[in-house]
Amino acid sequence: MLGSLTRSLGLTVFFFVLLGLVYPLVETGIGQAAFGHQANGSLTAHGSPLVGQQWKGPRWFQGRPDSDDPMATGGTNLGPRSKVLLQDTRKQDALLTREGIAPTPDLVTTSGSGVDPDISPADAYAQVTTVARARGLSVTAVRSLVKSQVQEPQFGFLGSSYIDVLQLNERLAALR
Amino acid sequence: MTFFWTILAMVAVLGVAWRYLGSYMAAVFEGRTNWLSFIEKPVYKVLRIDPDSEQTWQRYATGVIVFSGVALAFGYAIFRLQGVLPFNPQHLPGVAPATAWNTIVSFVTNTNWQSYSGETTLSYLSQMGDLAVQNFVSAAVGIAVAVALIRGFARRDSKTIGNFWTDLVRANLYVLLPIAFVAAIIFVSQGALQTLAGPAHISDALNGASQIIPRGPVASQEVIKQLGTNGGGFFNANGADPFENPTGLTNIMSILLILIIPVALTYTFGKMVGSVRQGAAILAVMAVLFGGWLGIASVSEHQANPAVAAAGVSQIHGPAGDVGNMEGKEVRFGDTSSALYAVTSTQTSTGSVDGAEDSYTPMGGFALLTGMQLGEVSPGGVGSGLYGMLLFAIITVFIGGLMVGRTPEYLGKKIQAREVKLASMGVLVMPITVLVLTAISVSVHAGRIGPLNAGPHGFSEILYDFTSVTNNNGSAFAGIGASSNYYNIINTVGLLMGRFAIIVPVLALAGSLAVKKPVAATAGSFRTDVPMFGFLLIGVVLIVGALTFFPALSLGPIVEQLSNGRFF
Repeated sequence: MLGSLTRSLGLTVFFFVLLGLVYPLVETGIGQAAFGHQANGSLTAHGSPLVGQQWKGPRWFQGRPDSDDPMATGGTNLGPRSKVLLQDTRKQDALLTREGIAPTPDLVTTSGSGVDPDISPADAYAQVTTVARARGLSVTAVRSLVKSQVQEPQFGFLGSSYIDVLQLNERLAALR
Repeated sequence: MTFFWTILAMVAVLGVAWRYLGSYMAAVFEGRTNWLSFIEKPVYKVLRIDPDSEQTWQRYATGVIVFSGVALAFGYAIFRLQGVLPFNPQHLPGVAPATAWNTIVSFVTNTNWQSYSGETTLSYLSQMGDLAVQNFVSAAVGIAVAVALIRGFARRDSKTIGNFWTDLVRANLYVLLPIAFVAAIIFVSQGALQTLAGPAHISDALNGASQIIPRGPVASQEVIKQLGTNGGGFFNANGADPFENPTGLTNIMSILLILIIPVALTYTFGKMVGSVRQGAAILAVMAVLFGGWLGIASVSEHQANPAVAAAGVSQIHGPAGDVGNMEGKEVRFGDTSSALYAVTSTQTSTGSVDGAEDSYTPMGGFALLTGMQLGEVSPGGVGSGLYGMLLFAIITVFIGGLMVGRTPEYLGKKIQAREVKLASMGVLVMPITVLVLTAISVSVHAGRIGPLNAGPHGFSEILYDFTSVTNNNGSAFAGIGASSNYYNIINTVGLLMGRFAIIVPVLALAGSLAVKKPVAATAGSFRTDVPMFGFLLIGVVLIVGALTFFPALSLGPIVEQLSNGRFF
C-alpha cells in the first residue's frame, strides 16, 4: 500500500512533466516553426477564416445564423421537436425571404460550434441575386466569384463541399 | 458516394492498424520491444520498480486505485490553484470546487464529461497538465487492465497477472505518445491551434465585427483526446470547433484515432492467447454492431430536421445527395460524416462530438444513446471495450453451456460459478447505476430543472446524462444544465461506479482465470472462433441491453419519434 502510494506519486510527477509539459511544449515548438500561420489561428487582416462572423445586410454574403462568439462556442442544443427551434426557424425563414433569398436548410439552422465559418455552395448561390443587386454588380460576375470559392471535399471524398464566408466576402469587396 | 469512400478508407486503415498495431502492442506488453528503454529504465530505477516482478490481482487492483486516487488529488489541486500557477495568459481564477471535482473525476475515469467551458474556465496549465495528462494516463490504465485480463486467459497455473506500473508506463510511452506526437503535427498543418499566446483581438473593417478569439495548445490535446477515447474538448464546442477539428481530413483522422487502439487490441488479445482467430471473432462481433448502429444514425441524420421541414424550407437535392439534418452540424463535415463521428464516439468511450447531438433526429439520438447502453463494446474504449466484450463472451459461453448441459469453457479455461458471478457483476453495474440515478433525478426538483428541452426530449437529456457518465463516455445531450451543483456531484457517482466497480471485478476475474489449468478441447467443446459463437454473443449483448433499457427508451426517443408531428 505504501509502496503503491510512493510509486503513484512518483509516476504522477513523471507523467506531469513528460506528458503535461514536455510533450505539448515540443509540439508547440514544432507547430510554430513548421506551420506558424495555422498554429496561431490562421489570422488575416479581417479575422480568422476558421471563425464565422456576422455579416449584416444584402451587400454581403451571410453565413449561418450563429451567434459567432468564439469565447462561447456550442450549438443551441434544441431538440428536433422543440417548439423554440420551430419558432426560430420560421423567424429566420421569414427574414431571408424578405431579403429575397430562398431559404436553404443551412441558412435557417445554427451550427454545432456556433462559429461555423462556412456555407454550402447552394447557400451561396441562393444569395447571388440579392448581393449583386445591392452592389450594382452583374449576377454573372458574382456567380462566377462564388464558383471560384467552392472548396471541394478533401482528396475528393472527405467531408462536404463548402465556401468560406470570410474569404468569399474579402473577394467580393475587391470586385468591381 | 463520398460517404462510401470515407467508409472504405476507414476500413482499410483500420485493417492495417489491426494487424500491425495489434502485434506491436502484444510485443510491448510481453516486453519484447524496448526502443524507449532510455526513458523507461531511469524511471524504474528512481521509483524502485522492478520491471520483472509480478503482481497478484489484488496488488494490481490496489495499484490502479491508489494511482487513480493520487491523480484525483493532484489534478484537483492544479484546477483550484491555476490562478497562481504559470501558463495562464487570460488570468483566470481557480476553478470552482464542484466543477473542479466533477472535471477531475471525469478525466481520471476516462470519461471527460464537459461541465466546464474550456475557453473561459481553464488556464493552459490546467489544459496541458491536467486534461491532457489524464487523457494519456486514464487511457493507459484502461489498456493495462485489458492486458491483465488477457494474461488471465493466456497464463496457466499462475498467481500473478503482470505488473501494473510497467504496464502503465509502457502503454503511455510505447503506444500513446508516439502516435499522438505524429498526429498532432498533422492537425496543426490543417489549422488546429498550437500556441501559448493568449486570445487574439480581431476587428474586421469590412463588417465592423469585433471578436476575441481564444487560443492555446489545442492540437497536442485534441489528438490524445481522440486516441485515448477520452473526448473532453479544449473548447466548449469540442470537435465542432474549427480550431480543434478544422477540415475533413482532421475529422476522419479523429475517427481513426478513436478506433485504432480498441480495434487493434482484439489482435493483441488473439496473439497473446495464442489464436488470432479468437481475436478476429471478437472484432467481427464489434464490427457488426458498429455497422448496424452507423446505418441507423446516418440514415436518420440524412433526413430533414423536423422543425425545418415544418417551417416549410424546401430540401435541396444536390449532386452530392440531399441535405439532411443540419441543425447543430458543421457545413464542412455534412450530415453523414457527422453521424459517423458521433457513432464512433458513442460506441467507444470517447464522447467527443463534431456537432450538437442534442439536435439529432429522434432516431439518430436513439442510435447514440443505445450505442452507449450496450456497454460500449463495439469496439469500446481503449482497453475498456475489450474487457467489456470479454465479460459478455463469458456470459455467452455460460448460456451456451446451459443449453447443452456441460461446464462452459472459454479459451481452454473452465468458466465456473465464480467467473460467471464476476462477469455478471461487471455487466450489471452500468445499467443499475444509470437507471437508479435517472430515477432519482426525475424525482427531485434539482434534477427536473436540468433539461433545456421540454417533453420526451427533456427526459432523454437526463437519461443520456447518466448513460454517458456511467459508461465513462462523456458526450451529452448538452442542453442539460450539467454545471449545476446537483449534476456536478451526482454525476461523479456514476463516473466512479462505471469505472472502478467494473475494473475491480475484471481484475478479480483475471486473477481467478490465471490460476486455472487449461483443459484440452474435445469434440464436445463449444468453439468460440466460429460464426455460431459470434451470433450468440451479438444476441447476448443486444438482449441484455434491450431488457434493461427498453422501458426507459420508450419514454424518451421512441415516444418522440412516434409523436406524429407534435412539437414540445
